Amino acid sequence: MKQRSKLTVEESIQTQDALAALKRINFSRRDFLKGAGSLIVSFSVVGVSGVMTSRAEAAHGLGVPRDQLDSWIAIGADGSVTAYTGKCELGQGIYTAQVQLIAEELGVEIHRVNLIQCDTALTPDQGTTSGSLSHPTNFNSTNLAQAAATAREALFRMAAENLGVSLDKLEVIKGMISVISDSFKCVSYGELVGGKQFNLLLDKTAVRISPNDWHVLGKSVPRSEIPDLVTGRFEFVHNVRVPGMLHGKVVRPPTVGAKLNNVDEASVRDLPGFVKVVVRKDFVGVVAEKPWQAIQVANKLTCNWDPSVELPKHNDFYEHLRHQKPTRDTFVVNSNDVPETLAKATRIISATYRHPYQMHGSIGSSCAVADVQDNKATIWSATQAVNPLKKTAAMILGLSPNEVRVIFKMGSGCYGVNGADTVSYDAALLSQAVGRPVRVQLSRKDEMAWENYGYAFIIDQKMGIDEKGRIVAWDYEAWYPSLGARPGREHPGNVVTGFLAGFQPQAFVPRTPAPAPKGTFGNNRNSAPSYLAGCVNGHCGGTGRIESERVLAHNVESRFFTGPLRSPSRLQNTFAHEGLMDEAAAQLGVDPVAFRLKHLSDPRLIAVVKAVAEKANWEPRPIPRKGLSKQGVATGRGFACVLYKGSNGYCALAAMVDVDQDTVTIVVNKLVSGIDCGPISNPDGLRNQIEGGTLQGMSRALLEEVTWDDEKVTSVDWRTYPSLMLGFEMPEMETVLVNRPDVDSMGAGESTITLAATPSSTPPVRASAKCPSRQPVCEPHLEVQ
Amino acid sequence: MSEIKLSVNGRSHTLDVDLTTPLLYVLNDELELRGPKFGCGLAQCGACAVIVEGRAIRSCVTPVENVGDKDITTLEGLGTPEEPHPIQQAFIDEQAVQCGFCLSGVIMTAKALLDENPKASDDQIREALSAVLCRCFTNVRMIRAIKRYAKGLAG
Repeated sequence: MKQRSKLTVEESIQTQDALAALKRINFSRRDFLKGAGSLIVSFSVVGVSGVMTSRAEAAHGLGVPRDQLDSWIAIGADGSVTAYTGKCELGQGIYTAQVQLIAEELGVEIHRVNLIQCDTALTPDQGTTSGSLSHPTNFNSTNLAQAAATAREALFRMAAENLGVSLDKLEVIKGMISVISDSFKCVSYGELVGGKQFNLLLDKTAVRISPNDWHVLGKSVPRSEIPDLVTGRFEFVHNVRVPGMLHGKVVRPPTVGAKLNNVDEASVRDLPGFVKVVVRKDFVGVVAEKPWQAIQVANKLTCNWDPSVELPKHNDFYEHLRHQKPTRDTFVVNSNDVPETLAKATRIISATYRHPYQMHGSIGSSCAVADVQDNKATIWSATQAVNPLKKTAAMILGLSPNEVRVIFKMGSGCYGVNGADTVSYDAALLSQAVGRPVRVQLSRKDEMAWENYGYAFIIDQKMGIDEKGRIVAWDYEAWYPSLGARPGREHPGNVVTGFLAGFQPQAFVPRTPAPAPKGTFGNNRNSAPSYLAGCVNGHCGGTGRIESERVLAHNVESRFFTGPLRSPSRLQNTFAHEGLMDEAAAQLGVDPVAFRLKHLSDPRLIAVVKAVAEKANWEPRPIPRKGLSKQGVATGRGFACVLYKGSNGYCALAAMVDVDQDTVTIVVNKLVSGIDCGPISNPDGLRNQIEGGTLQGMSRALLEEVTWDDEKVTSVDWRTYPSLMLGFEMPEMETVLVNRPDVDSMGAGESTITLAATPSSTPPVRASAKCPSRQPVCEPHLEVQ
Repeated sequence: MSEIKLSVNGRSHTLDVDLTTPLLYVLNDELELRGPKFGCGLAQCGACAVIVEGRAIRSCVTPVENVGDKDITTLEGLGTPEEPHPIQQAFIDEQAVQCGFCLSGVIMTAKALLDENPKASDDQIREALSAVLCRCFTNVRMIRAIKRYAKGLAG
């Protein structure tokens, strides 16, 4: 019998103790491969107290099997519940929401649930915590929710047998199943299965508790980490300290594309604390005893680099993008009649929209700790993707994946693929070179100059209007550059460290012309405007009514690494779509909300648009306001809506903005957001995400742009890449939550950020800004009092 | 390396360090305190803030020798999860956190201001926070929490 106690699990996430325990039992590759017992029991410091679970597959590097109930839920002898998830806390509140889910389904108190998140040795492989997918993945009828429902039904069956009554006569209160008519006849979870395995497969027919009967889910349960966070007790990955740990620093190339010629170790060998210079192709790093010493060593190390290739001119970048070859062309939708429909239209409205590269800009530069010894590696990482990282780190280290364990520890908010993966490789390479644990935290410049930026875009759009003021055709054509991405399970070269160490980014495969759309309509990047019917092969999956539709995207190669940044591509595309809608409403002299509603068909999107308009006291009137002066302060309104990813969260946003048209000073007075993401797990947590996302989107729309010169990125700190600070005078913010207990759960974290460019596209801003159809708005001046 | 005495959160420490080392590294790596964080190393974001003699300073650019024997307070010096300081309690009450990495900058800066001027105006609070960053943009709740704390001070 493979055994693991509850205490064992707690120990396993206490890094120092865990590592000490490993060392005490002389943890070796043989142990690792011997089976579950070795890995799991290796953490056991005291006797088994309860939970007994087999994780043999984990120890063999095959992952924790997702179809086994025991992979997700374990009941201790004391009736406490330990749950395992592959979706981890990034600051978005998913830890607490998942605890609520388990407590709700199993009928136990929240404090009786211990949730273990994202550890390749312990938790099911759920890929990446991204894409606003944690709710769709774990809160509907699969994975964690299915496991919890399966466990509850199994416990009820056991109780029915134990108490000699039928299932319908039983209820559960605080982990105690009793006969409804005679509560003295009862049996606890601990008595039924405590410390033993379920040995069951997840049951696809297991029935979730109906949202109408929720007691724990649906409530604003406070986030469990917050007391530790506000008092400095919380252990971020930045706080992980393991015995014998050294400190590393990377030395990135001075310019994009530079190749290492040579390194002069003698330039630093005599510095205090110096341990080693590590070179792997173009990867250079140093290791020292203390972090400040590592910084001195890195600063003083003499490296000679061969020059790089010239970068495209920043001030001419969008035209460069539009003409860049080769391209990879994709039709999202093409009704093949757009030129004819446009030719027949009574009015054509066209505009080009530009969006810069932007960065994740995590406030804490990325950090990881790695301990690589002979043929085993442990990496403490803030990655969103522990299991994928396990595979790519193994590639970097020349190990087998079953020799690598990745343990998630929270970093600072990442908003997508920030430096968490790349710094994990940095720490792993340096640790392997010195045979001791190494901690690396990137400098601000190394974080900002080399991260995977959010995509730049240039988008040409044209719409045809008929005599009744109805849009009859929409033509969209975009160009966007990419290089690398998330590393996934195969491409460590998708981020800078892997690339410098000799791995290529995933291949760019040109394709021209674009093939006709296959299968069904998919709007994963929100390339297609919300107002299109989205008809592919006879089936229409869009949220709108416009049937003459063409959406063509050209992907080109980027000189900078790119990757998912909160609402990747979707924010850029929706900015362009909603901007053109406002442009059209203004040219036609109609109310922008009514104009949108006229072209929408999806009832849920329509409902959230109406809910936001109502909350914002939206007065239907043409824009711009009649008699609006072209000078001085003008009050403007903006509106936007979208079904995120075409499938994952309905949202709308209204903005009330004052613009000093002489100085282009924008004061955002009020923002009203609305979201329908199905049944709401935690209303306050959802509000927190909506508020933060909306303001983050405003910061991106008004201020944020990656800049470069002929050879290197010049956005390297908060002065050269400005962000809205806490002293910014905030707009009044209201959030409308549309709760729908009767449908599946959708995502929320990337919803309203997608719409937050709205303030910058109000008519007075468009009229007064030098280049209104791009982000950030040219020459805006934020009113900060 | 030189010997230096530091008083942190009411406890005295004698340490052997390079005196040019920024205070932040000494707090994080010698004393293993988790509150102050490395965010930028350039005094631009506030994540490293600690209170020294009533002022919130940026420990990432302050050489440890400049602090000398002055009393240093970090986020963990204010209160504990079991007994949080009123300003920490205000952040709990308002759930004014997303990732929480920035909290030393936010809480220590606001506390230093309000300790000196309990009746600080909204403008003064904003001005004090004009060089403090929260990249999750928890702005609305954080300002609400600070005002809740201020209200408590005002009695």
